[in-house]
Amino acid sequence: MASPAEERCIPVKTDLDIVSARVEGRNLARELGFGTIDQARIATAISELTRNVVLYAPEGKVTVRAVVSDDARRGIEVVCEDNGPGIVDVELVMQDGYSTSSGLGMGLPGTKRLMDEFEIVTKVGAGTKITVRKWLK
Amino acid sequence: MEVTRIPILQIENYLVASIQMALHDEAATQFRDDLLERIYATKAKGLILDLTAVDVVDSFLARLTGDIAEMAGLMGTAVVITGLQPEVAITLVELGVELKGVITALNLEKGIAALRRMVGKESANGITG
Repeated sequence: MASPAEERCIPVKTDLDIVSARVEGRNLARELGFGTIDQARIATAISELTRNVVLYAPEGKVTVRAVVSDDARRGIEVVCEDNGPGIVDVELVMQDGYSTSSGLGMGLPGTKRLMDEFEIVTKVGAGTKITVRKWLK
Repeated sequence: MEVTRIPILQIENYLVASIQMALHDEAATQFRDDLLERIYATKAKGLILDLTAVDVVDSFLARLTGDIAEMAGLMGTAVVITGLQPEVAITLVELGVELKGVITALNLEKGIAALRRMVGKESANGITG
């Protein structure tokens, strides 16, 4: 089987980029062999993450890549980084129903449920980097 | 930038709109406004919003869908959402999005049947003119 392109990076600045990012993510997920339900989970997670960038940060980027775990499972990794204000209280934004703007406030906990792994690194005044992964079953 | 408009069709007293493309936020909001204006102009008794061709419904589009149903309801127009794909239903629930007060049907045919029941009931009760 031909190996898919390993990494794709999409700049995120406007709501148009949200659509581009999730199309790229879905394409890579399909190429990696994810089924339609996981493709939808991955595309939706990318949509939620990039919308936060558009809402809260001047700009950012999302990188989607094929990854292999320590125990040799194959999967997809999505890294969403921005130079926004950062998150003051991570515990708070990870609670269901929390909202800081017109969003639904379920972006991050919901995204975490859609994916297998979720990591967040944030610094107030510097930006936020969120990494999510989904493994092939 | 010119926003691509989604066609809104009229069948009898009902409007039918089917989203056939990935909507960015601005286009989605424009679509909501177009729908409400068409409801007002046509005095439609019901609206079918068909999502058969939509493969991602994130929290933004889900909220917009709920808003459309609520706003149309305020104008006295019944709304039925049709054609949610299995993966969309799964991701919506996992994401934690509730489509409160939104009536759904499996497909367009069942959606029209649901609208007829809703509108018929209201007419019988003298709610609509």
